[in-house]
Amino acid sequence: MSGVRTEGDLAPTPGQTVGPFYGYALPYDGDSALVPAGRADAIRLHGVVTDGAGAPVPDALLEIWQADADGSVPARPGSLRRDGWTFTGWGRCATLDDGSFSFSTVLPGRRRGASGEDQAPYVAVTVFARGLLDRLLTRAYLPSDAAEAGSLLSSDPLLASLPPERARTLVATPDATGFRFDVRLQGEDETVFLTHA
Amino acid sequence: MTSTTHASPAGTPSGPGLPAHSQAEISDEIAALAAEDGAEAPRPGPRLDYAPYRSSLLRHPTKAPHQVDPEGIELWAPCFGQRDVHALEADLTIQHGGEPVGERMVVTGRVLDGDGRPVRRQLVEVWQANAGGRYVHQRDQHPAALDPHFTGTGRCLTDDDGWYRFTTIKPGPYPWKNHRNAWRPAHIHFSLFGTEFTQRTITQMYFPGDQLVDLDPIIQSVTDPAARERLVADYDHDVTTHEWATGYRWDIVLTGSHRTPTEEEGA
Ligand SMILES: [Fe+2]
Repeated sequence: MSGVRTEGDLAPTPGQTVGPFYGYALPYDGDSALVPAGRADAIRLHGVVTDGAGAPVPDALLEIWQADADGSVPARPGSLRRDGWTFTGWGRCATLDDGSFSFSTVLPGRRRGASGEDQAPYVAVTVFARGLLDRLLTRAYLPSDAAEAGSLLSSDPLLASLPPERARTLVATPDATGFRFDVRLQGEDETVFLTHA
Repeated sequence: MTSTTHASPAGTPSGPGLPAHSQAEISDEIAALAAEDGAEAPRPGPRLDYAPYRSSLLRHPTKAPHQVDPEGIELWAPCFGQRDVHALEADLTIQHGGEPVGERMVVTGRVLDGDGRPVRRQLVEVWQANAGGRYVHQRDQHPAALDPHFTGTGRCLTDDDGWYRFTTIKPGPYPWKNHRNAWRPAHIHFSLFGTEFTQRTITQMYFPGDQLVDLDPIIQSVTDPAARERLVADYDHDVTTHEWATGYRWDIVLTGSHRTPTEEEGA
């Protein structure tokens, strides 16, 4: 067993914490601006990352990955050198000292539910932090209003499989400029994190 | 700043008034958790709830992750290309018009998915301390010299067979504030994207024969010894080049993939 794989050893390489010193390596100019904030169809997806004591986490890093406004999966390079025109669907944002993060993006296209009805979209979210030994994956659902947020809880297969108070941690709150989505790493109202079979 | 009052590089809860634990106490905790996990099926990854790494105490989820079938966007990964990464970004020794201090080395290996398929044309990001164990980061207060010829960040795209390759300087170990006399083994941070969102990972590569590995709560959070070995590179004399650089080989395997052949064709 070693870090050089022989035929047949396909066990995954374990994750390790992003540590405290990614700040000069991973963030880059334009990382959190999937579209320019001033664009007419731009929305803001923002929130705060908190720990088990409710304290902000100033050394977390979030990434989002999402469909285009028409619901298609972007397969375009350019996330690291944005031209302001090409939607790549991916962005990254390091939290500030108050634990806050903020992306400018577009609302992903609506999804088809099991019986063909159209449903609120979600953005896939990855969370890294000092003190967090492996990355966490989750979803931020983006309902258009409180009524849709409520109906999502019973109609979306993932949300419906969770107790409502847990499911609610995955539903962002619409606000004046977009959505608020807080990430709680630990505690009573801890965010639901996902694992994929 | 004086050398005796430098701030915690890790910001760990060992401030005034909190007892700093000794390495022996941390090592006892490491051994106890290894024994606890050793009695069960081996975990493929690190424990998130791992008290010997003090910063994890308030930052690990307490509830088990919720199992979900990936769908839609989760079956795909972001796409990076030549416009994102300049070929020279894979050489960390040429960024400042002078040779960095330390042992020049090459690290190379393959990125594979859980089915053994190469992850092609995908982004790999690395960052690391310099030869003296110092990061070019404001929060790194370790009183070792910065190297004007070394930043310690690099990027590349894997080739068509999933190979990555970086030229760099062997990083030094560095002290941190997890406990008294805590030292991180030398390591290089790696950030990887697979072909699906679910494969996204960040990890650390360690060096063979490093005695600090046994004392380090971050690598020891991977409690299965076989899984831990997968974080350690091999020295490879075939990668070493004549009168130029030593060579290390480290392969990375991501988690399994979920896309069906039909979805693959639709790509
Ligand atoms: Fe490090």
